[in-house]
Order: sequence, then C-alpha cells, then structure tokens
Amino acid sequence: MGIDRKDTELLTVTFDKGMPYEWSIGKYGSRFFQEIKEHKRFLGTRCPKCGRVLVPPRRICGPCFQELDELVELSDTGTIMAFSVVNYPFIDPATGIQRPIPYTYGYINIDGSDNIFSHIINETDANKIKVGMKVRAVFKESQEMEGNIQDIKHFEIIR
Amino acid sequence: MARRVAIVGTGQTYHKSHRLDVNGRELINEAVTRALADCELSIADIDAIIIGNMDHFESINYVDTWSVEGSGGYMKPIMKVTTGGTTGSSVAIAGYYHVASGLFDKVLAIGWEKNSESDTTAAIVTCSDPIWDRFSYSGAIPSLATEASAYMEQYGATQEDAARVAVRERTHALNNPYAQMYNRPITIKDVMESPMLAYPIKLLDVCPRTDGACAVVFAAEGVAEKIAVRPAWVKSCSVRHTTTWFGDVDYNTGMLSLKRASKEAFEKAGIKDPVEEIDVAELYLPYSYAGLKWIEAIGFCGPGEGPKFIWDGNTDMGGKLPINPSGGVMCTNCIGATALLRVAEAAIQIMGKGEARQVPDVTNAMATGFGGCWWSDVVILGKDKPN
Ligand SMILES: [Zn+2]
Repeated sequence: MGIDRKDTELLTVTFDKGMPYEWSIGKYGSRFFQEIKEHKRFLGTRCPKCGRVLVPPRRICGPCFQELDELVELSDTGTIMAFSVVNYPFIDPATGIQRPIPYTYGYINIDGSDNIFSHIINETDANKIKVGMKVRAVFKESQEMEGNIQDIKHFEIIR
Repeated sequence: MARRVAIVGTGQTYHKSHRLDVNGRELINEAVTRALADCELSIADIDAIIIGNMDHFESINYVDTWSVEGSGGYMKPIMKVTTGGTTGSSVAIAGYYHVASGLFDKVLAIGWEKNSESDTTAAIVTCSDPIWDRFSYSGAIPSLATEASAYMEQYGATQEDAARVAVRERTHALNNPYAQMYNRPITIKDVMESPMLAYPIKLLDVCPRTDGACAVVFAAEGVAEKIAVRPAWVKSCSVRHTTTWFGDVDYNTGMLSLKRASKEAFEKAGIKDPVEEIDVAELYLPYSYAGLKWIEAIGFCGPGEGPKFIWDGNTDMGGKLPINPSGGVMCTNCIGATALLRVAEAAIQIMGKGEARQVPDVTNAMATGFGGCWWSDVVILGKDKPN
C-alpha cells in the first residue's frame, strides 16, 4: 500500500509580522530636517570638485568620490522635471498597508540645486500637471514635525 | 591575460505567474537540470556555481547555502551575487570572470525568482533609500513613467509608439513556448485601452511578475569546443552602475549607464557599426518606452529616432536587427533570472537552438541587463572566437 499522491492541495505559508529597523540619517541629513523645522527651507551640499549642489545633502559626491562640507541654503520652491500619477495598488512597506492611490510621484529640481528631489505633488489630474511647472513645498506645522521626510507634506503647483 | 570563455549550455523553466507546485530550490533545479542536459554534462563536471536573485522578494537571506540541493552546489565553491534587476547579467558576468581568470574551467550561473511569494512592488520599494526615497517611491513603474514622460516631452514620442513595442514583444513570444505570455498576442488598440497604471504607462506597457529560473554553463577555451558543437563565445562584458539616488539621474540625457556600457562593450568586441554588425539583441526592456529610448542609448539609432526605427520594422523578426525574439522581459519577468534569460537567449541564437524563434545566420548577439537605480550591463556574444 503506497500513499495516494493524487489531488494534493498545494499550500503556502504566510509571514506577515512587523520587523523594525532604525536607520541613521547622518550629520547633514539630520541638519536638513532641523532646517525644515526651524526655517522651512531646504538644505543642500556643494561638491568642491564638480560644483554641483546636491539635495538631500550628503557627505560624498558619488561621481567625484569627494567629501562635501559646504552647506548651501536653498528655498522651498522648485521645478517639476518629471512626474507620474500612480494608479495601481500596492503594499507600502513603511506602513504595511496599501498606499492611498491615486497619488503623484514627482521629481523636483529644488531652486539652487543641481539634482532632483523625489516627493509627492498634490495634483492627481494628469491633464493639470506638466513638466516644467513651478512648485512649492508644503510643510507640516513645526510642532507636528518628527524629523523625517513626511515633515514635507507635499509640493503644490504655483499657478 | 583573461582566458577566452564560451557559453556551452542553457536551461530555463516554463514560466508562469505562480508555480505553487515547486518551492524555490525545486524551481532552480529545473533550470539547472535542463542546462546540464543541454550541454550533456553532469553536476560533477561543474567546478563552481554563481547564483543570484532578489533575496528580499522571497525573504531568503542565504540563497547560496539555502539552494544547494537545487543548484547542485553541495561541496562546491558557490557564491551569491545580487544587484537588483541586473542580478541575472551579474551572475553571468561573474561566471565569465570565474572562467576567464583561469581558476575554473566550467562554471554554472543561475538566476531565479518566485515573484509570487511577495508583493513585488512593496519588495522593490525596499530597494530605495529608506530615509529619503521610500516614502514617495512606488516601485519600478513610476520611476520608469517619469523617464517616459520626460522622453515624450523631449522628442514628441507618443503612447502609440510605445504600444508598437509592446505588440512586438507579444508577437515574438508566439514563437517561444517558455514565455509566460506565450500565445497571448495583443494589438495596439489593446495596449491603448488597457488600464492606466501610472501615466503614461498602461497595464500592457509593462512586464508581468513571473516564477521562473534560468541556468547557463560557461566553459574555458579548450574545454568549450569539446562540449558544444557551436559554443557562444563571450566577446565582451561591460558593467556600469551609476547612483543610488533616483534624484541624481538626469532623465533628459538618456540612459547614461547603458550608453557607456554599450560603447565599451562594442569597442572591446571590435564592433564599429552596431546596427550592421549585431544580428540579434535580447534587451532588458522592462516597459515599452524603453524599447524606444534605450535603443537610442545603445546607439542603434540617434536621439529621438527610436519610434521611427521601431515603426519601420527594423526590430521585428525578419527585420534588420530583431530585438527580443523570445518576447523579452515584457513577456517573462522572474526578476533575478530576467537578465540571465537575456544572456541565455542571446547564446541560444548563436548556438542555433532557437527553433521557432531562431534568427538566421547569427554571428554576433547582444544581451543587456537593467536594474537598481538605472544601472546597465552589456554582454556581447559571438559565433567566432574573440581575438
Ligand atoms: Zn562632485
């Protein structure tokens, strides 16, 4: 007598538990959030070799492999370089639940910087948003700020 | 001086969205068994193994060790390589390096993924910087969509142009029974009417999620000729990984990493006019717009000329330079295996084993990998031994 191998139901095992991490933001990144809280403005770092101002601020310019130590004060405005209205559902690994959709993922060149800052733009109608439009950062109230990327609520189009 | 190296065997699974009948090890084993059968070797003939996948997709952290039953790595030198979307081309290139170094004669490179085991987008989001990018990032589609919108703005390319690429891939997949999208042809109208995921990318503009695996056997000169009737010689490999910050990518200058990697790979392979000298290309095109813009970065046509190059039929089967006879990434996307499938399919074309998807008289074939934050790998294979 062997075991009947027919009609086996194919099973899966589920893991759905939280697993916390604590990531170091670093010196300039921490200062970035402090500037936002105190002055509602952005902060970048300038590379002495290629001259680019990079935001978020960082200690090393990748292409130049160069230590950066010049902090550059930037405004709270910028230009949309690219964008995308996200319409499909997915689990946000930061919250464990579905990220609210639709939302607009925007690549913004902060005035005075030479690269792109990724964030959300509060316009989800693709017909009302264009590459090249000017935007302004909308911040949380200072007392509500927690020292993370969500201290910037979103960017709004300057019309 | 590096030794000459050739691909002598390839194997892949029949690709599906869910393979609940096998666990990861068993899936890997299917591809390995087929690769060994293809070159009539046994696992005892293999000197070393390179394996890779997107380890956070399955939450398996020591894939090299965990997979030994499936890979055949028991008591062999084995290394894990994982570089995001380029993982498959990285394992191929690492396999090549192993043999070229002179330390190993026969090396097995494996790429695999069980995309069905997690939320793919959530897993991809964890690839982005946790402090700065993860909050707004939403996986591969919108970062590709941002590139597409910038490209359309710059050159006036249309959604229909991109749809033409999507149609090509599905049409080619009619010839590839391994493809997940085998026998599922689509029209431009189908693409245009499919749901908008992230403007301007619609459902039929992007790759699926796949469970699958691929394995490729590399062998040294002197050994390769005895194993394969027509080995696929590695003429050059080039790797360019740029930045980790999505905001540091210049979306207007094109795919810098692919441009640089292609240029170097062509130079090393002695290829002066890629369109004339490359007979077939298996490109890692995760979405339709890449089929327009990235072929410009490679140098198959000039900036902004992608749409015309595609509409003229150059990249169709029977065209001047067929791209993705297999149906490509938009028809099969088991991510850790995806770029290795490009290398394997390019090798298949050189070896003349493509059956219904075979391009006639292939002397040079190109494969690419794409991943991470706009990273690129390029591999050029040839029928003739490199100089
Ligand atoms: Zn620099």
